[in-house]
Amino acid sequence: MEDEKKLAAFEAKIAAGNKIEPKDWMPEAYRKQLIRMMSQHAHSEIVGMLPEGNWITRAPNLRRKAILLAKVQDEAGHGLYLYSATETLGIDRTELLEQLHTGKAKYSSIFNYPTLTWADIGAIGWLVDGAAIMNQTALARGSYGPYSRAMVRICKEESFHNRQGYEIMMHLAQGTPEQKAMAQDALNRWWWPSIMMLGPSDDQSPNSEQLMRWKVKMESNDAIRQRFIDRTVPQADFIGLSIPDKDLKFDEASGHYEHGPINWEEFFEVIKGNGPCNAKRLKARSDADKKGRWVRDAAMAYAEKKKLKAA
Amino acid sequence: MTDTQWPVWEVFVQANPGIPHKHAGNVHAADAEMAMQNARDVYTRRSEGISIWVVPANAISASSPEDQGSFFEPSNDKPYRHPTFYKIPEGVKYL
Repeated sequence: MEDEKKLAAFEAKIAAGNKIEPKDWMPEAYRKQLIRMMSQHAHSEIVGMLPEGNWITRAPNLRRKAILLAKVQDEAGHGLYLYSATETLGIDRTELLEQLHTGKAKYSSIFNYPTLTWADIGAIGWLVDGAAIMNQTALARGSYGPYSRAMVRICKEESFHNRQGYEIMMHLAQGTPEQKAMAQDALNRWWWPSIMMLGPSDDQSPNSEQLMRWKVKMESNDAIRQRFIDRTVPQADFIGLSIPDKDLKFDEASGHYEHGPINWEEFFEVIKGNGPCNAKRLKARSDADKKGRWVRDAAMAYAEKKKLKAA
Repeated sequence: MTDTQWPVWEVFVQANPGIPHKHAGNVHAADAEMAMQNARDVYTRRSEGISIWVVPANAISASSPEDQGSFFEPSNDKPYRHPTFYKIPEGVKYL
């Protein structure tokens, strides 16, 4: 009875466009779903540093290297904001990381693909960050205060990521035939995973009416995917690269691009852990955690010793 | 010993001189000095601030949403604290 009253007040608050804050009453299902989504998002930022970090030492010049370093540092920052925001729901970072390392928590499917050439760094910024921005601008309107504020901040920073990626692709596309071929090859390999990363199509992922009403989920996966495709195809045309989808065509009537069938089998295999780099990514994360343990312990011991001395 | 990931520090950033410090988020750090450096790296990578405060999260006491009504009630029934409560005849200046 009491809970029904609280639930009604909670829903009225959201319907009125107000944010839910950490100490406010919230239904268990809301808390659980947010922990799942937000930690998955945090893990994606951190795991996402790996494919790009792979090219920092091999960036073609100092300008590109400085930019890539700054971008990867941003991703670390995004992971931190998101872990912080998730902790406000009453779970601590140690437990969140444990869920990642044991495979209980997921991260974005996209980061299980390898970065084979320099052009892949361009493709990631342009396509992967581009797709992420579509998703994140929707989430910035969500009802949970700390998540929504983290999204606003992250979206501001992502736009540099997106543009630097497009610039890399543009330079390669205007370069030698080999460079252009390298850019096209990266687009060929990253296009489908990028549109898949926005999640299963709506008929396979019924967005519960409840999650929409609670403003945990703001828009359907297919709606976000459509917007991403509509905005990205002309960008590819502009630099003379072609989208690897023979069925892609512009529909005058609707004003949208229609795309060919998506290989969802591949998506679900990658999610299940059978993508090209799943094992490698998880091992890198869990090794970093284990190898960094003594540093965390030593820093804490030193801080405690200093405190004792001061006392 | 359990892996603590270090204590949490709340971060307040002053964006420009002359305005209040505003809550920006939090960081994990072993001590205040590290909290300060982490806060700089996490919250002011793009010149968002000129001054940072870090406060151990467990040192902050906060009002609770359930008590919101009764806690702030004393000010709700005192409209005479606002200048708009008073009717001043037209023509009276500088009031």
